[in-house]
Amino acid sequence: MIEKTQKTLVTGVIGSDTHIVGNRILSMALEQAGYKVVTLGALTPAPEFVKAAIETNADAILVSSLYGQGELDCRGFRDLCIEAGLEGMLLYVGGNLIVGKHPWPEIEKIFLDMGFDRAAAPGTRVETVLEWLERDFAAREHGLRRATS
Amino acid sequence: MTAALLIDFGSTYTKLRAIDLERRAVLGAGQGPSTIASDVRIGMKAALADLGQRLGTLPKFKYRLASSSAAGGLRMVTIGLVRELTAEAARQAALGAGAKLVGSFAYRLTTADLEKITLLAPDIVLLAGGTDGGNSEVILHNARALATRRISCPIVYAGNRAAADAAASLLAGSTLITTDNVMPEFNVLDIEPARAAIRNVFIDRIVHAKGIDRASAEFDRVLMPTPAAVMEGARLIADGCASSSGLGELMVIDPGGATTDVHSVAGGEPQTPGAMRRGLPEPRVKRTVEGDLGMRHNAATIVAAAGSNTIAREAGLPAQRIAALVENYAREVEHLPDSADELALDRALARAAVGIAVTRHCGSIETVYTVNGPVAVQQGKDLSALKTVIGTGGALVHSGDPRAALRMALADPAAPQSLRPRAPRLLVDRDYLLYACGLLGAVEPEAALELALKHLKEAPNERPLNA
Repeated sequence: MIEKTQKTLVTGVIGSDTHIVGNRILSMALEQAGYKVVTLGALTPAPEFVKAAIETNADAILVSSLYGQGELDCRGFRDLCIEAGLEGMLLYVGGNLIVGKHPWPEIEKIFLDMGFDRAAAPGTRVETVLEWLERDFAAREHGLRRATS
Repeated sequence: MTAALLIDFGSTYTKLRAIDLERRAVLGAGQGPSTIASDVRIGMKAALADLGQRLGTLPKFKYRLASSSAAGGLRMVTIGLVRELTAEAARQAALGAGAKLVGSFAYRLTTADLEKITLLAPDIVLLAGGTDGGNSEVILHNARALATRRISCPIVYAGNRAAADAAASLLAGSTLITTDNVMPEFNVLDIEPARAAIRNVFIDRIVHAKGIDRASAEFDRVLMPTPAAVMEGARLIADGCASSSGLGELMVIDPGGATTDVHSVAGGEPQTPGAMRRGLPEPRVKRTVEGDLGMRHNAATIVAAAGSNTIAREAGLPAQRIAALVENYAREVEHLPDSADELALDRALARAAVGIAVTRHCGSIETVYTVNGPVAVQQGKDLSALKTVIGTGGALVHSGDPRAALRMALADPAAPQSLRPRAPRLLVDRDYLLYACGLLGAVEPEAALELALKHLKEAPNERPLNA
């Protein structure tokens, strides 16, 4: 394998969701933090995240969902990755993931059970995501799936 | 008088066009058989004799430029990573270079894939995969696989830059040409460098490998494969040259004996306000080749694609009669229609081939319903605003009713999702000059453009069948 120093992240808004602004702000911040960001934009079907990750040899996929249908759109996302040979892909999801008033820990559990490594609640700050990435990539150097906190 | 000779070493004929460069006029045409299998000079000599007979004496030619689609054309295999991404970009690059795609592969090459490639014995392999700095593992796997198989043809590497050196050392025993990545960034298409590299390999090696250079006393240079010459002609007519402007964005349709080619020179930007584009960006100069739509070799698959009922209705013939005629066509691929039934069938086949090929070439638009309301999503090129559609090739020009076939390229209100041209002018390349203008454009673009514009004719009005 060829050594690479800069980590590559794939971002996009999943499903029939046109809310692009938050995703764009996040992508810009990630780029400023030194990551190579592959932006898929709005209305992105799940398989396109995976295909983009294959070609670009991405280190993580960050999925946004703002319109409350995230649970349906994200179901099977980890399986798609496994199917494509990206078993160990670091997967984050964030936004208004589920319609209605559910306590966040319940929602988080749904998405972690789906195979996402982190789920970001509404209002999560960019700095938090950057910190997660740093810690999780560091944990991976030590053979862990993600950092413990 | 200054004259130019434009040569097409075709698969069945060696075709010549003699051009008066000052008057921008065709002096004459000549034709001989294609004799590439034995000695290309025999067909060339016959074609020159034919031309000489028509002109009285052959003038001294300032330029003698050739294109070739003989000996199977420029047969290429493309390899990429994800089918819809770098594998598709590689296909676009090869088609844009005028190649005949004999195989396209994605992901890791398997033993069966390698066997297939060996059997196909392509003229060039185009190896892509990974964005720059992206996946290198698969392209290196594929380079290693090609090296182990000792694929003897030249390999053009147009994949991940970061893996280029490693691939070069794996392929040290092969003829390897490294060029820029067909997809340097995710969803960014950059096929011009690969196209140029393929063309150079064609000029430097393939012309010799196919024995075309045996006739080199009769020409100065073989510039490109014939489909690329047609494409260059289309580009020149659309974009014009330094001194005069062209016709603007356009489409060229060429229903041939084995395939139907469609070229578009157009950006394809959405005409629907607010439409979002999805999928791989497409090249402005785009060529598609429909291998199942050929007027002779693949007439049966035209019938299958269009539906035998449609062809039967269009031709006014019973389905069994059509099946028998089509079978005959595949056996006698040089056959020209000589009965009322065959003329009617050819008309129906050409119409179906044009309709299906143009639908596949053009993009489409669909409405996606989101919580914020409907959103128009466009895939591929929107060619609805094109002002010009040009038909070329014997099957269309000699069909007696080119307008009837070309009209099938137009947008259909019953299929609003297909972004085909709405109200273009329908022109016909009556004298088969597009390839010649493409070749001549390399040395005298102004003369080539004027010649093309002078000779493109409005397609005559439709005639009723059996008139």
